[in-house]
Amino acid sequence: MIMEIDPFIFRLSIFILSIFVGYYVVWSVTPSLHTPLMSVTNAISSVIIVGAIIAALAGSSNNIFEISNIFGFLAIILAAVNIFGGFLVTQRMLQMYKKKKK
Amino acid sequence: MSSNLSALFYLLSGILFILALRGLSSPETSRRGNFFGIAGMVIAIIVTFLSINNFGVGFIYVLVFLLIGGSLGAFIAFRIPMTAMPELVAGFHSLVGLAAVFVAISAFLKPEAFNLGNAGNIKLASLIEMSLGAAIGAITFSGSIIAFLKLRGIMSGAPIVFKGQHIINLILGLGIIFFIYYLCSTQSANVFWLLVAISFLVGVLLIIPIGGADMPVVISMLNSYSGWAAAGIGFTLENTALIITGALVGSSGAILSYIMCKGMNRSFFNVILGGWGATDQSSVTQNKEQKPVKNGNADDAAFLMKNASSVIIVPGYGMAVAQAQHALREMVDALKKNGVKVSYAIHPVAGRMPGHMNVLLAEANVPYDEVFELEEINNDFANCDVAYVIGANDVTNPIAKSDPQSPIYGMPVLDVEKSKSVLFVKRSLSPGYAGIDNDLFYRDNTLMLFADAKKMTEEIVKSL
Repeated sequence: MIMEIDPFIFRLSIFILSIFVGYYVVWSVTPSLHTPLMSVTNAISSVIIVGAIIAALAGSSNNIFEISNIFGFLAIILAAVNIFGGFLVTQRMLQMYKKKKK
Repeated sequence: MSSNLSALFYLLSGILFILALRGLSSPETSRRGNFFGIAGMVIAIIVTFLSINNFGVGFIYVLVFLLIGGSLGAFIAFRIPMTAMPELVAGFHSLVGLAAVFVAISAFLKPEAFNLGNAGNIKLASLIEMSLGAAIGAITFSGSIIAFLKLRGIMSGAPIVFKGQHIINLILGLGIIFFIYYLCSTQSANVFWLLVAISFLVGVLLIIPIGGADMPVVISMLNSYSGWAAAGIGFTLENTALIITGALVGSSGAILSYIMCKGMNRSFFNVILGGWGATDQSSVTQNKEQKPVKNGNADDAAFLMKNASSVIIVPGYGMAVAQAQHALREMVDALKKNGVKVSYAIHPVAGRMPGHMNVLLAEANVPYDEVFELEEINNDFANCDVAYVIGANDVTNPIAKSDPQSPIYGMPVLDVEKSKSVLFVKRSLSPGYAGIDNDLFYRDNTLMLFADAKKMTEEIVKSL
């Protein structure tokens, strides 16, 4: 008899495989770019804004400022600071690593 | 948009994030990598809007809040000086942590919206995932705030230690596990709030005993935590983009912590438990103070370097503090005009965060192909005429190779003493962060230049 696999197992598989991908990708990052690596990982971890948007727009549209929505809106602000700040500061740093004309 | 279709798009943004990190394997591909990251983020946000399909008043508010946060972030990104990158990154980590906490709270209060069951009757797996996300997020938040305050100098960098610290941390840590278990069996909101509160406290207690010199490890570690928090929320929301990102960031931070610990010759647990040989500092410095040192001035230094065929610059964080990087590049330009071959040697923990020194040099227009990591350049010291050590100390200490009693024994150091002569710019003979004396000061081939790093470098430029 074949039992149905819980979707959680699929997500766990994705998670564990991604840890391995992350492990090998990060070791290949050149040490001189470790600071941009930190700022860009900071920026991409703000994809948590996806959850914040769901939280902000949850529930009836008559009352968009229920307590759970407010937490969503606050999280949107925090994540947005991080997304824009993180990607832009990374870009600013990487611009400085352009090859110089000698 | 159907859930299946949006799941595929989330997978796509996850892949784009992987490519963003992959791009950082070389400076040429890094800028394209950053655009992949931005594209991944834009896709994730648009797909979320389309799958909720609620373009009412709430949508307008979301856009407004997005713009408020975004412009604040953009403002900070353009204004921040490169020396302040460590604080900035610590501050940004705290925001990710707090956002994770807020999303978890929202999901706990209104599980229907996230398809997790009903309030008071949330699915067990989701409850575990969201409480883990909230707990790690809260630790990341308060820990990063402390790291930020220490790096900014608002709070003293000295370790704060008190009796029974480790036991309290252990009890609180076990408390978190207990409350997660208790929350799952009762679904009580009070337990949830208590869990979040304890986690905030743990974050503070975890970081206060760690000294200022260990901040590179702390920042990397908090980077890792923010990833695990995001992954926890990703499981709750059943969102692939968030799960992939969380795993990437989590492992990235862990690897950086490992590299930093190795660079400082400390085990991860040693750093986390705080305090570094502060006791033996006085005894070691006292009995060595009497040794003679050779004292030089800018003209001597200029003369030595002008007549050298190769010079290696060894910058440390002291150079950044003195803002000497631009003067340093002028000096190097002048030397190059005289036909001297110049390269830079960077120790893994030369700055206040991984790779910090490279960014500071890049900002001063130093071409990145003249900048070398420890393993790449260490053999070249034997063939080099002059090593110019500016703002670095412990990372050049030969005692790390010779004295098994020394706290830094085994730490990878730059073999500066092998070069024909060493110019050591320093304000005094005081020991570095490790609190130990540097034998290099008293060597025959070392010339000490007692001055502020920037002033001395400027004077050398004048004499050249």
